[in-house]
Amino acid sequence: MALSAAEVLTGLSEIVTDETGIATEAIQLDKSFTDDLDIDSISMMTIVVNAEDKFNVKIPDEEVKNLLTVGDAVNYITKAQG
Amino acid sequence: MAKLNQSTTVEFSKIYSIGAARGDLTITNDDVAGPINSSDEWITQRTGIITRMRASKDRSLMDMAVEASNEAIEKAGIAASEIEAVIFSTITHPYQTPSAAALLADLVGANPAPAFDISAACAGYCYGIAQADSLVRSGVAKYVLVVGGEKLTDFIDPTDRSISFLLGDGAGAAIVGPSDSPGISKTVWGSDGSKWDAVGMTGSLIDFRDGTGAWPTLVQEGQTVFRWAVWEMVKVAKRALEVAGVTADELNSIVMHQANERIIDEMAKQLGLPEHVVVARDIKTTGNTSAASIPLAMHALIEDGAVKSGDLALQIGFGAGLAFGAQVVVVP
Repeated sequence: MALSAAEVLTGLSEIVTDETGIATEAIQLDKSFTDDLDIDSISMMTIVVNAEDKFNVKIPDEEVKNLLTVGDAVNYITKAQG
Repeated sequence: MAKLNQSTTVEFSKIYSIGAARGDLTITNDDVAGPINSSDEWITQRTGIITRMRASKDRSLMDMAVEASNEAIEKAGIAASEIEAVIFSTITHPYQTPSAAALLADLVGANPAPAFDISAACAGYCYGIAQADSLVRSGVAKYVLVVGGEKLTDFIDPTDRSISFLLGDGAGAAIVGPSDSPGISKTVWGSDGSKWDAVGMTGSLIDFRDGTGAWPTLVQEGQTVFRWAVWEMVKVAKRALEVAGVTADELNSIVMHQANERIIDEMAKQLGLPEHVVVARDIKTTGNTSAASIPLAMHALIEDGAVKSGDLALQIGFGAGLAFGAQVVVVP
């Protein structure tokens, strides 16, 4: 069953925390991965691959550059669940 | 009907020795940080590289290849004249033709051995070992000299943030020959030309000649390459262990292409390697030397006493093509 956006945010926050050590409460929808959370391209790709596994979705390489904020990623994943 | 002779096969092959030569200049992160608007801290944190060894103008690709080859030949305890094939993996030989291998063969005393170059970038050394293994076991050649060598700094753009600041220069050489026991497992190798653009050059020599492009330098799509290099190469590494009949527990070391320490860390994590498995990290001081990186890293492990003769090492190369190759070898 597809997860709600709020559930995706919770799951995604766990992945981001696991990769970067950033406190879960700091990972909010309006935060930019690069500017606010200081996540580099390699960590971003690790997060993307782990999110693919966790939410059973595909996030193509060309899509990753469009995921600027946590909200972008949550929206993409929520929709991609079908 | 006349009877045709075919070569007499040999059951096993092994690596007899490894030789190494690096660039003569130690280049710090501070030395490369300026043109990419970066810092020592940023580069160390993002790549694990502290220094990279680069060759000065007077130290050529061939100089390093000859030095590494002479060490390998001497350590193998064979005469150069016994070498029956020379395989040189490089993407930085500055001539379209003739091959670097033919000149190398002559310079090390292996003339008239058959000699040829291969272009498989960072997978090139493992490709060379695969071919040497086949040539030895098919009985076509008794001893094969395999060299992975690069002078990448001839093809970098100091302002490029994608790959140039990672790169170093060097050459690694191995002698492969017949063995009484298995020394090189079946190679798991392949390519994915659908990602031909993921690592490569900024343009062609034709563009440069015609004035429609700058001098071609190396460039990569970092995220695409990282995803492929970790998650796809983990599958290749596992497959290489499987076909070798070796478990991760039985390995003593893993020598990955030294592309970026983050790739090394993530792949080691994904493979779930036992703690006793030594993970080569020559990248910290040598940088990414493409085809040379695996033999240089293996040589460093041997010199440091981190591995000993008879140990099992999984070596895996991956890069432009995209191309990849992996095999388990017995450390010489």
